Amino acid sequence: MVALSLEHIGANYGRRKILSDATAEIQGGTLTALVGANAAGKSTLFRRIAGHLRGTGHIRLQGAVAHDLRYMPQDTGMTAALTVYESIILALKQGGGGWRLSATELGAVDETLRHFNLSHLADQQLSELSGGQRQAVSIAQTLVSRPKVVLMDEPTSALDLNRQYEILEALRLYAEQTGAVMVLALHDLNQVMRCCTATVALAEGRILASGATLDVLTPDLIRRLYGINSRVERCSQGCPMMIVDGPTAQLAL
Amino acid sequence: MTTMEIQTPEAASTHSYRRLVARRIAILVGLTLALVLSVAVDVSLGPARYPVWDVLQTIFAPGGAELQMRVVVWDIRMPMALLAVTVGASLSLAGAQMQTILANPLASPFTLGLSAAASFGAALAMVLGVALVPGAVALMVPINAFAMAMAASLLIFGLSTLRGVTVETIVLLGIALVFSFNAALALLQYFASEQALSAVVFWTMGSLTKATWGKVAVTAAILVVCTPLFARRAWALTAIRLGEVRATAMGVPVKRLRLEALVLVSVLAAVPVSFVGTIGFIGIVGPHVARLLLGEDQRFFLPGAMLSGSVILSATSVLSKAILPGAVLPIGIITALVGVPFFAALILTKGRKSW
Ligand SMILES: Nc1ncnc2c1ncn2[C@@H]1O[C@H](COP(=O)(O)OP(=O)(O)OP(=O)(O)O)[C@@H](O)[C@H]1O
Ligand SMILES: [Mg+2]
Repeated sequence: MVALSLEHIGANYGRRKILSDATAEIQGGTLTALVGANAAGKSTLFRRIAGHLRGTGHIRLQGAVAHDLRYMPQDTGMTAALTVYESIILALKQGGGGWRLSATELGAVDETLRHFNLSHLADQQLSELSGGQRQAVSIAQTLVSRPKVVLMDEPTSALDLNRQYEILEALRLYAEQTGAVMVLALHDLNQVMRCCTATVALAEGRILASGATLDVLTPDLIRRLYGINSRVERCSQGCPMMIVDGPTAQLAL
Repeated sequence: MTTMEIQTPEAASTHSYRRLVARRIAILVGLTLALVLSVAVDVSLGPARYPVWDVLQTIFAPGGAELQMRVVVWDIRMPMALLAVTVGASLSLAGAQMQTILANPLASPFTLGLSAAASFGAALAMVLGVALVPGAVALMVPINAFAMAMAASLLIFGLSTLRGVTVETIVLLGIALVFSFNAALALLQYFASEQALSAVVFWTMGSLTKATWGKVAVTAAILVVCTPLFARRAWALTAIRLGEVRATAMGVPVKRLRLEALVLVSVLAAVPVSFVGTIGFIGIVGPHVARLLLGEDQRFFLPGAMLSGSVILSATSVLSKAILPGAVLPIGIITALVGVPFFAALILTKGRKSW
């Protein structure tokens, strides 16, 4: 099993301090949610872990090396004149290697397309995809090389209801089968409660809480994260659900 | 009992990818054939009208041909025809990689100011007799042109290493360079003697008529050195087109790759421009044609851009001789006059939204 530990992570943009003293333990084999308000520093934390941003603190991997890590950025704009199939080959090659493609490599591309239900788009140009299709392709690109540590920045933000379910299920399955650490930045807390075993909550660059999802996502923490009054209740089927009552303070108009 | 090997049928998507690859290889072969044909026609055309058959004989069995014909074919037409090939390939490859690393469809040796800088350098030699590199007075014009083009790209190169400089900044800076050098060139022309003025004007129009075997060899050698260096980074260069963040996430050292490519591209563009003057258009059209035909997987895009640049310049060279019988029009004019409408038609009819 793979594990990722963050020890006192800090990061700046120029002089501005964005992250400070972020410490958390993240286990592989399940999905971990990273939640927090806009501008809380979720993307920044991912960039710091992925090594795109320098800063203080230590990032330790167990059962994996830095090379096994894949980061899927938040923006999904891709304008290259490539087909979906080609873009997945490209992600598999990771920017290196010979010109020849082996049958195994092509097999891996095909397998990934099927896993994410994208086979019918294989021949389509990237520039001719819908927003949600592009996001799904982006997810497939991230996983085709079978990474052991995966950071996905809002992987479901453009997906329809059915797709959200399908993809989160596929991601959960991937984590279970490979034991990979998978951290997903998500805004939909009901999605988090349904699919993610663990949650890390970030506010203004600090980790407020991390651990089992239901222990972290209490009404009190949700109020501190988003300024929203809410209840967490079991639905008739027994699943925990978050119900929004309204903002804590009257919004200034 | 014999064991039967059960072959799982290849998935439909992989099968259709193989077909795509086969089609692309066919397109590359087609471009190569078109190039061979165009070069053959190019050599057989000229102010002196020789039968095609005699020209071919002179090429393959020069011993048997009469002296005058041998000189025309071997010392004038062949270097011109081959220089069109190497220059077309160099400028198009330079444009393709500039567009790739700067993520901008408008990037080319022309729009980044290299051509304008070269023209200014050449004009310095022709108008004021200033040699930017001491010595070699006979080669003052091309050497000046090369020195200014390199200076322009080093300026761009240097600024691109500064903190916080984005690819958009680099492109804007290139455009600023175009205007500055054009203004400086106009100033030189204003003070130039009539004779120098016409030399400058002719040079800036771009022409292959000063072709020599030496120039062919130099441009070919540069291609032979640069192409494998790009080819080795084919996947990384393709990855850059998914965006800087994505490429970095794939482990591509984007900043370093961009600098390496800028160095190669500078040499690749500066030398041909200093030999033939302003034929900047190839650097934009060549890569776009290749992109439309082959997509941006560099394994196909890289050879495709070189081939399409060569074919276009070679075909233009043919046109420049065919339009006015007995005269060779400056090729830079033809590329713009014929190339622009053709290009516009191409992107308007077949244009994918790939930028
Ligand atoms: N490239 C950058 N340069 C300077 N500041 C930045 C940059 N990117 C983000 N920031 C700032 O850092 C802070 C954290 O941004 P970040 O993108 O990490 O937020 P986030 O939690 O991912 O938000 P969202 O939910 O909106 O995606 C914000 O205040 C933002 O303005
Ligand atoms: Mg973000």
